Amino acid sequence: MAVAFLDFEKRILELENKLDELRSLSKLQNTDFSAEIRKMHKKLNTLKRETFSNLNRWQKTQLARHPSRPYAYDYIREIAPDFIELHGDRLFGEGPSIVSGFGTMDATSIMFIGIQKGRDIKEKMYRNFGMPHPEGYRKALRMMKMAEKFNRPIVTLLDTPGAYPGIGAEERGQAEAVARNLLEMSGIAVPIVCVVIGEGGSGGALALGVGNRVLMLEHSVYSVISPEGCAAILWKDQTKVEEAADALALTAQDLFENRIIDEVVREPIGGAHRDPILAAHILRRALRRNLGEFSNLSGAEIVRQRREKFRQIGSFLEQQ
Amino acid sequence: MSWYTRKKTPLGKGEKRGVPEGLFIKCERCGEMIYAGEFETAWRVCKKCGKHHTLPSRRRIMLLVDEGTFVEHDAGIQSMDVLKFRDTKKYRDRIKSAQKESGEMDAIVCGNGKMNGWGVEIAAFEFGFMGGSMGVVVGEKITRATERAIKRRCPMIIVSCSGGARMQEGTFSLMQMAKTSSAIAELGEAGLPFFSILAHPTAGGVTASFAMLGDVIMAEPEALICFAGPRVIEQTIRQKLPDGFQRSEFLLEHGFVDVIVKREEMKNTISTQIKHMCANIAPENIPPPVAEPENKS
Repeated sequence: MAVAFLDFEKRILELENKLDELRSLSKLQNTDFSAEIRKMHKKLNTLKRETFSNLNRWQKTQLARHPSRPYAYDYIREIAPDFIELHGDRLFGEGPSIVSGFGTMDATSIMFIGIQKGRDIKEKMYRNFGMPHPEGYRKALRMMKMAEKFNRPIVTLLDTPGAYPGIGAEERGQAEAVARNLLEMSGIAVPIVCVVIGEGGSGGALALGVGNRVLMLEHSVYSVISPEGCAAILWKDQTKVEEAADALALTAQDLFENRIIDEVVREPIGGAHRDPILAAHILRRALRRNLGEFSNLSGAEIVRQRREKFRQIGSFLEQQ
Repeated sequence: MSWYTRKKTPLGKGEKRGVPEGLFIKCERCGEMIYAGEFETAWRVCKKCGKHHTLPSRRRIMLLVDEGTFVEHDAGIQSMDVLKFRDTKKYRDRIKSAQKESGEMDAIVCGNGKMNGWGVEIAAFEFGFMGGSMGVVVGEKITRATERAIKRRCPMIIVSCSGGARMQEGTFSLMQMAKTSSAIAELGEAGLPFFSILAHPTAGGVTASFAMLGDVIMAEPEALICFAGPRVIEQTIRQKLPDGFQRSEFLLEHGFVDVIVKREEMKNTISTQIKHMCANIAPENIPPPVAEPENKS
């Protein structure tokens, strides 16, 4: 099977192939290569750990967009197997870039809302490459209001290059849809936990990102503009993506350091796409712990805390 | 036929025959030369074609707020450049030169004043400061102004004129969208009106937060109001956009703007709406102009 891989994954992949060869050889010839295999396995793990703990910000961005990376639906299916998708904004259309519906996690009903990129070309087209139209955001808002009505917590999974920039999207009020979600989400009286699972593309991600807790997977990014866009505007040179990614400080680790997000969720070594089931399992534990912290709070207190959290973001100098 | 071979004599070098700089302003659209003084008295609206040129924040406040009533707040807030952002130039240096050019500390001026007698909180964007972009300072000042409006129980007015979120403050800028929108939510919960005034241009993260959240949204004629800018859309869909796309009139037609108001009529239009909305909210803080003398007697 052809596996999509990034430049810096190449050496790992080569070593993995060698390891596989050695294993099959040992089976075939009935010889004991276990010492070599163990050695190689160790080498592989060290290489993985070294590679993935030393990625620069642009490499992280690429990893966050990795074509094999688990998408929102993959996590939801794994975390809440009884999830049933509910569709439509009841105003204009469906907005297939966003999936939403109730599902059971640890015997609790939770409203899951995720931005979905799409795996094969057909699904990518259907999901519009994870770039929602206003309908998607309005559907998400309808779902959040419904969760609030039935007093169920909300989990949002963010993974988008951004809200779709197109004629129809503008005509139907993309800006209004994003803005309305920011306003309404700030006042929803049930706990909201947001997780950036891949690419947190500016306002398009933030429109589902006003939560009591904002988490990011270890190899995800969250930014006001893509490195490509930033390079084109500020450097007037689209090849300056590495510099732009660096300047934007967009990785999970950066955002945690800057106290914009609350937690970095560990990924399996080599990234979530290396072991999606384990990645979902780790995420589920993080969700359970974070949601648990709100179980005894009133709706009003939950809203107050959420607003206070966003109120505090950003420092400045002030002279009287 | 000697004039074919005649040597061209250049117009006197250095001694332009035009007009002294700054005396006349050329209309950005129709090219009409307008006497600078006249241009300012007309609040930078072209007398010939009606083009509304960018108005600096303090002039905007003069236009909308009763003379001598404006009290500025939070004038001393400055960006910290937490990310130490640097592109072809240091962000720190960009701030310094923007401060020098615009005379403002950042891209917004906030304060309270009276509007035809009604007490209001007002925030006006300064486009001359890095394209009116919103970073932490702008977000903080808008949030504080909104909080003051809630405390004083008066309407909130924001005049937007901005390219969107400020890239140089990274995700900090992005989060200002949530912070300001949340403040506007609280204003609404307190039963107080928010007037969002949109001037050319209003784009990106500003449009996609408070600017689209007004109880009443008023736009100046032919202002560009968008989420994604026309260039970005053209690059995405590889098509030329139709004339008038994303202009005030287009948004009115699609139901996203309440009313298009010419600059000179803006103040009276807002204060009329305040009258409809606030007459029974908090008379002690927002005295209607006619009621004031009665109270004294």
